Amino acid sequence: MDTMTILSLSVETAIGPVAAIYVLAAIGLNMHFGYTGLLNFGQVGFMLVGAYGVAVSVATFGLPLWMGFLVSLACSVVLALVLGIPTLRLRSDYLAISTIAVAEVLRLVYRAEFARPVTGGVYGRQSFADAFYDANPLPEGSLGVGRVDFSSDELWLMLVCWLLVAAGLAMMALLMNSPWGRVIKGIREDEDAVRSLGKDAFTYKLQSLVFGGVFGGLAGAMIALNQQNITPDQFMPQVTFYLWAMLLLGGVGTIWGPVIGPVIMWFMLTLFDETLRGMASTGVLPFLATSDSGPLRHALVGVGLMLLIVYRPQGLVGNRKEMLVNVK
Amino acid sequence: MRTRLVTVLLALIAATLAIPGTAAADTQGGASLFGQIRQPDSDEGVEGIDITVSQDGEQIGEATTDSDGNWEVELPGAGTYHVVLDEESVPEDYDAMQVPAGPERDVEVREDQRFAVVFQLVPAGQGQASASPSESESAEEDEESQQDSGSAGGGEEEGAIEAPEAASGSGMFGQVVSLVVAGLLFGLIIAISSVGLSLIFGTTRLINFAHGDMVTFGAIMAMIFSGTSTLAALHAPFEGIPGLGFATNPFVVATVLAVVCGGLLGWLMERFLWRPLRRRNVAMIQMFIVSIGFALLLRHVLLVVFDANRRKYVQFRIQDMIEIGPIAITPRDLGILVLSIVVLVLVASMLQFTRIGKAMRAVSDNRDLAESSGIDVARVTVYVWVLGGSLSALGGVFLGLNQSVYWQMGFHLLLLMFAAVILGGLGTAYGAMVGGLAIGLVAQLSTLWFSSQLMNVWALLIMIVVLLFRPQGILGRRERVG
Repeated sequence: MDTMTILSLSVETAIGPVAAIYVLAAIGLNMHFGYTGLLNFGQVGFMLVGAYGVAVSVATFGLPLWMGFLVSLACSVVLALVLGIPTLRLRSDYLAISTIAVAEVLRLVYRAEFARPVTGGVYGRQSFADAFYDANPLPEGSLGVGRVDFSSDELWLMLVCWLLVAAGLAMMALLMNSPWGRVIKGIREDEDAVRSLGKDAFTYKLQSLVFGGVFGGLAGAMIALNQQNITPDQFMPQVTFYLWAMLLLGGVGTIWGPVIGPVIMWFMLTLFDETLRGMASTGVLPFLATSDSGPLRHALVGVGLMLLIVYRPQGLVGNRKEMLVNVK
Repeated sequence: MRTRLVTVLLALIAATLAIPGTAAADTQGGASLFGQIRQPDSDEGVEGIDITVSQDGEQIGEATTDSDGNWEVELPGAGTYHVVLDEESVPEDYDAMQVPAGPERDVEVREDQRFAVVFQLVPAGQGQASASPSESESAEEDEESQQDSGSAGGGEEEGAIEAPEAASGSGMFGQVVSLVVAGLLFGLIIAISSVGLSLIFGTTRLINFAHGDMVTFGAIMAMIFSGTSTLAALHAPFEGIPGLGFATNPFVVATVLAVVCGGLLGWLMERFLWRPLRRRNVAMIQMFIVSIGFALLLRHVLLVVFDANRRKYVQFRIQDMIEIGPIAITPRDLGILVLSIVVLVLVASMLQFTRIGKAMRAVSDNRDLAESSGIDVARVTVYVWVLGGSLSALGGVFLGLNQSVYWQMGFHLLLLMFAAVILGGLGTAYGAMVGGLAIGLVAQLSTLWFSSQLMNVWALLIMIVVLLFRPQGILGRRERVG
């Protein structure tokens, strides 16, 4: 495992489908937290319903794939409404606790024994993405520059993901420059002021929650396509924390923040992982086992989250004046 | 600032480039598939099982498990491979588990990746349903999966806190009684752990996300201390003497030490993390995210130190039930029950009757008013953190005693603690106690009608319903919380 391999592997991860999927989910989270000031710690719940929306409708009910996508989006909308209606009237930390609780409840329900006929229980669902890969117009074989190359299927998925990202970014930019976007940002700055101007803050927040949740659901659907095998236990709360760290790294409340954050973070994470693995396997670090690299990585994300939020809450590209994260 | 960050980034990249290639070279070389086939229910490997790896119908290599059950097949490079376990070669005592994937797998291997393929055996003729589910084989080395590598291979571990084992009574009545006891026990443990959470919120308005990991910290500290030889040596001369013999029991001493460590951790957090942050006027939301970061850090450091296995305290592994009327309970659980009640009563009287307790409640009630009437709020906050830290450590020891100690125990308890605290009323210590008991009872009694996998679901649903109709909680004061 030499340096070049590690680097090219890191670059592959940074621009690969997984990073693009996280960008999608981070765009949704940015909508929630960056623009509206909602503390959503259950973004993974949206990803879960999104992924299972595709998987269950195709693998269990035999619907075509595009229907699966519609089901995914519908599920995320429903989840956002169910989450939002009870909690959006309350202080923001209540939303944080209930979102994380609901995401965890969903995971437990999807993996429960009684849900087995539909969701496959702990074993999840497999082989539902064939239609997507059959539609691949790219030529067979692997394509790439130098050591960085992708198989044709990966490239096809990447293309779709990044196109979705581009569409999402364009939509976000248009929305945020619209009157709707200004009200949303106003809610972040001072909800009472917005309310005193006669705007129904609750409805606006609910719309924002639904809108960002749909991005989460879309990301989940792409995860399903990417892995072609999903189990409930891959939607652990850690995923949300990773998303938060990525968003904060990129820059909260900016258009490009949710893109830059995941790309850089995946690059760094893979670099860290592979370097540590390489070093552990050569015995440079005698006190570390190879299997420790995962936990250490999580610990590092924790430290990063702390340092970022305290010393640089605006992230890499944010504007400190605009984003002091001073939501009460 | 931005340029500095970029410089740091560049320096990092340069540093990794500077690592000599040989140092990072992989001794394993190239991609391979490997795994270990074990007997069901033990760590002993199974020898002599043949595994064949092929690609596009062409055989790449084969391997036979050695005496430890290990096998490894070198691969020519990245790609998709078909792995087949030869069922003929499995010893007659066992069957290859058919679920999730059976004896044949298709795996996708990256360049230079050592990919773990998990095959599981079940005792022959035992059917498939009884086999414990394993995580999918991709979990271990796949960077795309977000799981902690520690959790691979232990599917059951992901199911959150399990039921404290309820003794199987006779008939419906016996079942209800034993579930009520188990619920009380669980509820008391939740109550002990969450009093601190609620008080900390009351005094500092911080939702401490790291509280669950403080619980784990306590349990693991007790585990580490109770295993040390010093404590065993200390115990030796007093063995057999009533009173002293118990007081110097390694586990009892370890519990006390763990509680002290928990308090110390609370103090350290307040002194070196939260107080500086408050001085910087960091907003509440930011503090909340900091606590999440700290929780991630603490949890995974504990994972590295302690590894991912579930363990039990050696001193209290198996005990006989004692029967009191319709209730059958182990002495261990009875001890937890009594001790928790004693501790909660002590905490309550401390809050009710002592100066510092009154000050805690006053600060919790209204920080500004308390400060203006001459209470040293900073000092009270320190006491609250120490109290919260030690109580959560004690809760951790009890939880570990009742179930088992593992690195995610606190995190799984955390959501129930939130539920308890919100149910009782955020910021009120008594609310946390009432809420804890209620949550424990609900969780346990729900298993009468529903699957025990969904135990926590009911507890969390109750929390959400409470948020809908009475967001201030049972004991909370009515005020606008929106």
